[in-house]
Amino acid sequence: MEVWHFITQNRQELMILFGQHAYIVSIAIVIAIFTGVPIGIWINFNKKAAEIVLYIAGIIMTVPSIALFGIMIPILSVFGHGIGSVPAIVALVLYAQLPIIRNTYAALKNVDKNIIDAGVGMGMTRSQVLLKVQLPMALSVIFAGVRVAVVMSIGIGAIAAYIGAGGLGHYIFMGINQTYDAMIKVGAICVAIMAIVVDYIFGIIENRLVSKGLRLS
Amino acid sequence: MITFERVTKIYPGSDEPAIDNVSFEVPEGEICVVIGPSGCGKTTLMRMINRLIPITSGIISIKGQNVAKMDVIELRRGIGYAIQQIGLFPHMTVYDNIATVPRLLKWDKKRIAARVDELLSLAGLEPDIFRFRYPRELSGGQAQRIGVVRALATDPPVMLMDEPFGAIDPINREVLQDEFLKIQAKVKKTIIFVTHDIHEAIKMGDKIALLEAGRLVQYDTPENLLVHPKNRFVKDFVGADRALKRLDLLKVKDAMMQNPVHCHMDDDAEVIAKHMKENQLTFLLVTDQNEKLKGYVNFYELKDHLGKVRDLVKPMTITVKPEQNLKEALSKMLSYDIGIVVAVDDDSRLKGVLNTRTLLSVVGDTYDERGGVWGKITQQGSISS
Repeated sequence: MEVWHFITQNRQELMILFGQHAYIVSIAIVIAIFTGVPIGIWINFNKKAAEIVLYIAGIIMTVPSIALFGIMIPILSVFGHGIGSVPAIVALVLYAQLPIIRNTYAALKNVDKNIIDAGVGMGMTRSQVLLKVQLPMALSVIFAGVRVAVVMSIGIGAIAAYIGAGGLGHYIFMGINQTYDAMIKVGAICVAIMAIVVDYIFGIIENRLVSKGLRLS
Repeated sequence: MITFERVTKIYPGSDEPAIDNVSFEVPEGEICVVIGPSGCGKTTLMRMINRLIPITSGIISIKGQNVAKMDVIELRRGIGYAIQQIGLFPHMTVYDNIATVPRLLKWDKKRIAARVDELLSLAGLEPDIFRFRYPRELSGGQAQRIGVVRALATDPPVMLMDEPFGAIDPINREVLQDEFLKIQAKVKKTIIFVTHDIHEAIKMGDKIALLEAGRLVQYDTPENLLVHPKNRFVKDFVGADRALKRLDLLKVKDAMMQNPVHCHMDDDAEVIAKHMKENQLTFLLVTDQNEKLKGYVNFYELKDHLGKVRDLVKPMTITVKPEQNLKEALSKMLSYDIGIVVAVDDDSRLKGVLNTRTLLSVVGDTYDERGGVWGKITQQGSISS
């Protein structure tokens, strides 16, 4: 009741924060996909690089998320972007790398050797094998990694408010400071809803893109 | 057509060659089965042809062209490649699977569509039903048929097949082998066929290359491999039942008695019975005017009958085709306990008769190394007493 009251009272502000949150997370995710997937593909051809990249991505994951956002401030202030959406996006991109890279790498590695052999034996070039055989077959596992990254980024995106990037985290932090229950709940519920809806949408996209031949019967 | 000259393969970090100085030639239009115990290098030998494995020394050439000097992608696109059922792309429909190489070669869509339908029909699969199925929606046998016709898609002169029927149960494997031989009789490809199954080798091969630890032990026709094994290893490998295996090789038409005695439906029973009595025949085959087999008559029923033969004809349901092998014929004889089996062609015209005696003599004659004849054993008991 209290929550509903809060929402109706602050509808406009809520819309703005929701928009900011969506903006930060979607930019971060787009960048993360367009960096993580190619890196995952590249390290497939280079075992040494694979070890190093996965190691670094693993380390980034272990940094507490709130600290990662904090670290961004001194580093990016060199370029005049210490606070605001830029450090938040950078932090989220870094965070989202591991699930995307790791799943892309593992998915490509796990494509049946016999099937790759069939492709090579039939006269496909290396890039044809990648595009026509490996990637389509790896797609659902890559998608699983992306979905994990998206849901995680929406959740962690709440911390962006802490370094002045706004978003739904704003209500959570302010609510904690003011011990204003309804405010915290509204922020948390909105983050959760956003995560669920976006994950659902990605599920639909995945269904469209992944070949019917690979679905479990 | 495909020539191996002193081909040697030594894997990096290994002292023993995987393939040791192998030379032989596969003539155009023949199936060469490469066989040997596991680890003998048979798959390595095959994969060096389309350069999936680099050669260490020696020359492999196709139609006189050294494969090492050809563009590797073009080389592979010009060779049909079929591996176990697992080699179908699971994310592609049957259509896309078959269209893979035609698309790599940039055929236009109409040509591809026509070719896919043609190949599906060749595989005995109705195009309208199977065209857009995924591999997981196929049975093992169907998937394997697709795998084989996919390799035929661009009508390449050379095909490499690595245990193409390995993942299929024995009954379906026989069916697929027969179908494939029928296709091969039409398309006449030069085929390297790797297997570890000696039965399959004998059945499929025009020639068999038997490898042991990377060395070519014997390269010969299946017939010669069975009758004249070069050494102990070959003898053991083809097995103690090699005489029986020859039954796989020989066709009914090689052993049957042609144009066997028979009568017609409209002959008088009395006349025929008399003839049978004179010739001591208990049974006689019956055909119609066009020599189509109608069945047989029994002397004891016929002898007192006043009328035509047709009144007493019993149908003969167990027949073989002249093109079937003797093993199938023998199996029919044994399972129905009738001592003979009748060969008819596709229009059920009477072609010949095979009995256990002729069957054994065909196998025995050529196999008994010292010769000699048992003759007809008609008496019982011991002679020496």
